[in-house]
This record gives sequence, C-alpha cells and structure tokens, in this order.
Amino acid sequence: MNRIKKAFDNKKAFIGFLTAGDPTLERTEEFVLEMERGGAALIELGIPFSDPIADGPVIQAANIRSLAAGCTTDKIFDTVASMRERTQIPLVFLAYLNTLYKYGYEAFCKRCQECGVDGVIIPDMPFEEKGELVPIASRYGVDVITMIAPTSKERIKTLAKEATGFIYVVSSMGVTGARDEITTDIEEIVNIIRSVTDTPAAVGFGINTKEQVHKYSSIADGVIVGSAIVRVVGQHGAQAGEELYRYVSGMAGALAE
Amino acid sequence: MSKGRFGKHGGQYIPETLMNEIHSLEKAYEHYKDDAEFVAELDKLNRQYAGRPSLLYYAEKMTKALGGAKIYFKREDLNHTGSHKINNVLGQVLLAKRMGKTRVIAETGAGQHGVATATAAALLDMECEIFMGKEDTVRQALNVYRMELLGAKVHAVESGTKTLKDAVNACMGEWTARVSDTLYVLGSVMGPHPFPTIVRDFQSVISREAREQILEAEGRLPDVVMACIGGGSNAIGSFYEFINDKSVRLIGCEAAGHGVDTDKTAATMAVGTEGIFHGMKSYFCQNEYGQIAPVYSISAGLDYPGVGPEHAYLKDIGRAEYVPVTDEEAVRAFEYIAREEGIIAAIESSHAVAHLMKIAPKMRKDQIIICTLSGRGDKDVAAIARYRGVDLHE
Repeated sequence: MNRIKKAFDNKKAFIGFLTAGDPTLERTEEFVLEMERGGAALIELGIPFSDPIADGPVIQAANIRSLAAGCTTDKIFDTVASMRERTQIPLVFLAYLNTLYKYGYEAFCKRCQECGVDGVIIPDMPFEEKGELVPIASRYGVDVITMIAPTSKERIKTLAKEATGFIYVVSSMGVTGARDEITTDIEEIVNIIRSVTDTPAAVGFGINTKEQVHKYSSIADGVIVGSAIVRVVGQHGAQAGEELYRYVSGMAGALAE
Repeated sequence: MSKGRFGKHGGQYIPETLMNEIHSLEKAYEHYKDDAEFVAELDKLNRQYAGRPSLLYYAEKMTKALGGAKIYFKREDLNHTGSHKINNVLGQVLLAKRMGKTRVIAETGAGQHGVATATAAALLDMECEIFMGKEDTVRQALNVYRMELLGAKVHAVESGTKTLKDAVNACMGEWTARVSDTLYVLGSVMGPHPFPTIVRDFQSVISREAREQILEAEGRLPDVVMACIGGGSNAIGSFYEFINDKSVRLIGCEAAGHGVDTDKTAATMAVGTEGIFHGMKSYFCQNEYGQIAPVYSISAGLDYPGVGPEHAYLKDIGRAEYVPVTDEEAVRAFEYIAREEGIIAAIESSHAVAHLMKIAPKMRKDQIIICTLSGRGDKDVAAIARYRGVDLHE
C-alpha cells in the first residue's frame, strides 16, 4: 500500500498544509513532525512561488517570508530527504506549474521519488493540460492530485475517473483563505465522485473551525486545512511547533468517525 | 496538446474553477465572431464611437530629418480614449453582454486598458471593476481618476511588485471568486486560450486598415512594420495582416528599462526564458527556479515580465524580430517626435519611435516604415517631467 492510500485507510484523514521554508526549512521539518504528532494523516507542503495566483493573503505572505529566507526547490528536496529519516507520513507538494516546468518535469519527478514525495497538487494545471506531466510523474510513482471545483459540474465524472492518490474538492470559489461559510453543495459533488471512483476525496479551501472539520469529514474522506495553519506559523514564527501540535490535535480531534 | 497553441506556446494553464467559464467564452467567441449582427454592431461602434479607421500619417518632417526610409505612423493615439486598447474592449465588452454578463473586470498597467474598459462598460451599461498595481496608481494617478469618472471601481493592488503582473494576479483571483455574472476583459494577447486569439482578432483591425492605407498611398507594401511590445496587443494587431507578406520585416520594441544587462529591465524577449505563467506557456523574466522576476520600465504599460504566446512563436520561427529599447532612448524619442511632428506619443509607443530613429537613417529613401503609435502621451507628461528633473505643479 502506498503512503497516500495509508492516510485514508479505514479512517478520515486530516490534511495539514505548510508553506515550506516558512520561516525556515529547519523549522518546516520540525513543524511537519509536530503536525504528525497532533494527528495529521498527510502533509501538503507548499513550494513558495513569487506569484501564487490561487492563494489568498495569508499564504501569499508565507510565500514571501519563505522566499525572503532563501528557500529554493532544491533546498526543499534536501529537507524532505532528511525528514524521511524520521517520518513515513505521506507528503505531497503544492506547487505552481512553472516551478516544475523550469526544474524540468523529469528531473522534478525523479527528485520526488528519491526524496519520498508521494504526490503533487498543481492549482494552475487543469485536466486539459495534464498530459505533459502525468505520464512522467506516474513513471516515478508520483500522484498528480486532481482538483474538483464548485464550478466543475458535468466535468466531475471525467476528472474523477482518472484521479489517483486523492481528490482535492475545492469547497469555495476564489482563492485560499479561511471562510465563515461554505455554500457549495459538497455532498452532491462527493456523491458524483463516488459514483465513478474509489479514490478518496478530501475537502479544502476555507476550512478553519472544528465544526467544519466534523461536517466535511462526515461527508468526504478527509479535510484539508491550509491558511488557518499558516496563520499559526505567521503568528508564532520559529516557535510555532508546540502551537501547531495543539492546533492540529484540536482540529483532527473533530474528525468524524 | 491542448487548444490555443502557437507552436509550443499558449495553452490553458488556469485553475479548474475557471475551466467551464473559459470553455463557454470559447464557444461564445466562436459563435459571435462570425455572427453578422455582432460583427455589424462592433463595426458601427468602431466607426462611430472609437473613430476608426485611424489615420495612416506620413511623417514628412521626420522622414527628411532622419534622411532615410519614408516614415508612416499608424495613429492609434487618435482613437477615442487615446490608445489602441479601445479596439479590444469594445469587442470583449460586447461579447460579455451577448454572454449575459452584467459585470466586467480588468487589469491595467498604464491605465489605458482600464480607461478603455471603463469607457466601454459605461457605454454598454456594465458594472466595471479595475485592478491596478499600487505603484501604477501613483505613476498614473490621472488615469485612476478618469476611470472613476467613468463609473468604474479601481482597486489598488498591494501585493508583490505592485505593478501590472500583480494586477493580473488579483484580477484572476477575483474572476475565480465570481465567474457567473463576470467576464475578465483581458487587455493584451496573453493569458489562457482563447484570450490571445480574441484580443489579436480585435486588434488586427490595425494592420487590416494599415495594409489597405499603405497600398492606396504608395501602391506597395511597407518594408518594415514596427510597434512597441509589452504583452503584445498593439504589436500583434500591427503585424497580423502582414505576417503572410514575407517581404515585410516585423519588429517589436520592448522595454529594456535601464538596460538588458541590468536587473532593472522588462525586456522579456532579450532576457526571458520559457515558462508557464498567467495561464500560458511563453517567455518570461524569471530565475533558475521559475520565480517570476520583478521587472522594471519607465513605462507602466510595458512593465510586464512576460509576452503573448503568439509573439513567442513568431520569435521562434524567425518571422518577427524583437529589440530592446532603454528608458533614456524612449524618453528622447518622446521629446523628439513632440518637437519634430507635434505629436505627444505615449511613452510605450515612444519605445518604437526610438528604434525607428535608429533604423530609418540606415534605410534607402524608397523604402517604407509603418510604425504604430499605440497611444497618446498626455498621461506621461508628468512622469517625463519628473524624469527630466522638472518640478510640475498642476
């Protein structure tokens, strides 16, 4: 069983997001371990990008902190490789496509395999464009995670059928960031997904309360929390480890059975 | 490979949230571009509202002064709103209306596209919001007020370098948040398919007219067609109908800022490398890890780290050439054409004029250059004064 499958094996998964290198890569390694201790089943590591068009102000600020501290794709790979000596938690990258394109798809996927990165989420690569990456990624055992949006409608089945790893159900329109209210009919989307695939579906974008964690984990197979976690790092900086453990324990504790 | 390719460039690299919307835009455009009623309405707006056709003006004084090729200016600066941007927005806002949209949003650098969009929105009764980098709202304060007079809401974008690229980021984010009643009226031949094609088609009126006008005036095709280039909409509009005329040299003049060997430049063709950004595969100013570079030019309208995919292709196949022009050269051209021809041209267009001043004297007197003046320079007067150390009080 691959690591991503294990995250969803007979349980609901809490997926936590961190921007790699925020505030430093040494801290990223510690934060991942703290989030795992707090009950995260999978970690999404954002590779910082100068122009994160799908991200709201909180994650934009984290990208700026990380890049200002000198974080690069190569340094992130080194950190992940070192992290893998201490944890087997499933890891996926969240990266904008230019990061992979410029590194070289082949070289990037090869490094993912060598360092133990299980998948990539690429917010600016829709189904229509995935052909240039997916065949290469699958040769190196890297899942390219499918995103499904509130506007996907009749596309959902086509998208879900070819999904591997897990499916990222985007709960809301717009960019990432905490929201008081999510108005999309997530249950309907998840039902359509389940009618065509066994690939687990996790809900993200805007989730920041235990009530939301409970609600969406009872509908789907997991929840993804990003901006709310990055905000903790933003507030506590290098000392965020303990607070991240507490925050993730609280949120993961709200998962449905 | 997906749709909307120019060689390997182009494509649709955008979030899933926008895919259904971009497909309906494609469908709507495919339908309306050949719809007799739509074409007639746009043509009427172009003639009766925008002031088309624009003049092809023989610059006799400059021709004599430079002593070489015959110089013609395609006067897009004389269009309503003062630039070529109106050609595209009338088409796109009309299309938005046909699609049942009630709101348009747009990015703007120098403010020309923002003003044009706000104008078309006022005329065609659409709600309008413009995203403009904070730095550009300072450089082009007059255009901000102009957009507000036209009934648009202007958002000053505080993220990143606070210029055109950040305005595009913010505008894309806003479109992702609200697609059902909104069309993103993109201002250049960039972004995901079908935008590079839609904008090129609407702008190609420039070369369609220029080709007829020069044949009428000179009985032959020009030797050179040139224009300034940021994203590339006035350049592709100027080139398009001449692409199959192999004898016509096509030259795009990009903003070198302080120079292509400095980090204060926006000359994508000179220093950029292949990448994927803002929905398209093309050339971008970026570092080895694909981080988009903070670019610089005195011209807010050319201050963009990428270039439209069709230009990237024309460069690859060698059909068009692209040359860098510095701030200083552009400012000198701005002053030169004002004194010589009595034309205050936009600082963007002045980049093309600067290169024209280099090549015209080396050409024969029986040769012909058409240079597009993409916009008028009233908006730039204060900035040029600052550049020259003149303290202006309005």
